[in-house]
Amino acid sequence: MKVVGLSGSIVGTKTRIAMDYTIKTLTEKFPDIEVTLIDLADYDLPFSDGRNYLDYEGDAKYVTQTIMEADTLIIGAPIFQASIPATLKNIFDLLPVNAFLDKVTSILITAGSSKHYLIAEHQLKPILAYMKAQIVQTYAFIEEKDFHRKQIIHDDVLFRIQRLVDDTVELTETFAKIREAKDTAYGF
Amino acid sequence: MDKYRIDPSKGLEFGIYTLGDHLPDPRTGERISTEQRLHEIIEYAKMAEQANVDFFSVGESHQEFFATQAHAIVLSAIAQATNKMRIGSSSTIISTSDPVRVYENFATLDLLSKGRAEIVAGRASRIGLFELLGYNLKDYEELFEEKFELLLKINEEEVINWNGEYRSALKNAKILPRPVAGSLPIWRAVGGTPPSAIKAGYAGVPMFMAHLGGPATSFKQTIDAYREAAHRNGLDPSQLPVATAGFFYAADTTQQAFSEYYPHINEGMKRTNGQGFPKQYFAQGTDPHNIINVGSPQEIIEKILYQHELFNHQRYIAQIDFGGVPFDKLQKNIEILGTEIIPAIKKYTMKNRK
Repeated sequence: MKVVGLSGSIVGTKTRIAMDYTIKTLTEKFPDIEVTLIDLADYDLPFSDGRNYLDYEGDAKYVTQTIMEADTLIIGAPIFQASIPATLKNIFDLLPVNAFLDKVTSILITAGSSKHYLIAEHQLKPILAYMKAQIVQTYAFIEEKDFHRKQIIHDDVLFRIQRLVDDTVELTETFAKIREAKDTAYGF
Repeated sequence: MDKYRIDPSKGLEFGIYTLGDHLPDPRTGERISTEQRLHEIIEYAKMAEQANVDFFSVGESHQEFFATQAHAIVLSAIAQATNKMRIGSSSTIISTSDPVRVYENFATLDLLSKGRAEIVAGRASRIGLFELLGYNLKDYEELFEEKFELLLKINEEEVINWNGEYRSALKNAKILPRPVAGSLPIWRAVGGTPPSAIKAGYAGVPMFMAHLGGPATSFKQTIDAYREAAHRNGLDPSQLPVATAGFFYAADTTQQAFSEYYPHINEGMKRTNGQGFPKQYFAQGTDPHNIINVGSPQEIIEKILYQHELFNHQRYIAQIDFGGVPFDKLQKNIEILGTEIIPAIKKYTMKNRK
């Protein structure tokens, strides 16, 4: 199983901190899983111009190919102006229409206010569904008050992250089994 | 249809096209040499002619895993190896070529083949060739439209006066040589969706429509849009040929055809397009109304006849060799085509049959 963690913003620190906790939880509990973290702050990506993702060069080629090769994508994102960051939307635009077919995606949101709780539900999930992802329905929502000096200070948030990791792995395994059974049933 | 060398009374024409892809056989993981692949394409064309295939075409692609970048040269070798089958490109990327040079090549090919050459002009689905050949991707649409128009003009007029943005002007230019009949059949390559088809119809240019999978009725919308556009522009759609092109694989049983062909499509698409062909979608290809012509000979005959009834098209073009299908399987397919499928299709689509 190949998991890619995507930290979807190029500014701020909290999404990356939460993603680091998530990846750490994942590797501790499932040491055999291959994990790659892509923090968009580390890459210089162009806006999508609609070309096939294989035709990009440099960072865009690396980021899109790494995502396309993954079985599972854990998306971390802050909320800006009551929406997902433009940098994250650009990743979706760089990928093909059915990019998430046969992939499981799960979501972790960091936000300055609880008012943003349904943003992922209303704005992120429809994109993932359109791109044919199997979505881990329950996402982890983390507020600014849960952090103190680059640490997550509420145990409840750590528990949420643990559940997110468990659900993500379990669903990936489950869908792999379902797919295998279906593929065999086609008889070719 | 005379202008396009098509006689509808003789029934639906059967063609074969290759993209000239050069991919490993997913069963063995091995890839034949480029030299062998090119020679096999020529052998493939020879066999096709013996099986009474009407048309054989070779594509141009400049990315990794392709072998026929110089497709006009490959076609020239095919012209020498065959006698009666019409030959063409599928497609020539006119956006990144000089229409004058393309016309010179294909008019020469027409003379060498004694009047058998055709051009299918397209826009490329991948974009590496823009950089390779020195074009700006921002001009993707206009490069095609302008150069395609010039190509059509060269086909109609022997002396050209022309001004454009992407090529130096032509002043009283004689484009030579001229093809056997004075002009060549030139088709516009169209993906499955209507916008490009509408442009082809409006310009009164024959349409070569490539398709992957899905219900045949979806593609009928594109063909209808093409004919409507021609009609709106005062042209007679019944004089404009339509060709459809897509996956084809015949074997003794449905099961055998699907299991033999699927890995080639799936692995080939992954390499050339970045995503495999989902098995669920491919499995729907067993439905008689699905446009994927894979199955037993009888199933394929019924599918092609159904498509003909729906589309009233003039030519169906099969893509059999995608994704490293080994040569012995191509031979087997051609054998089935020649002995069962083509005779049946001709029998049922020939006009005024007794």
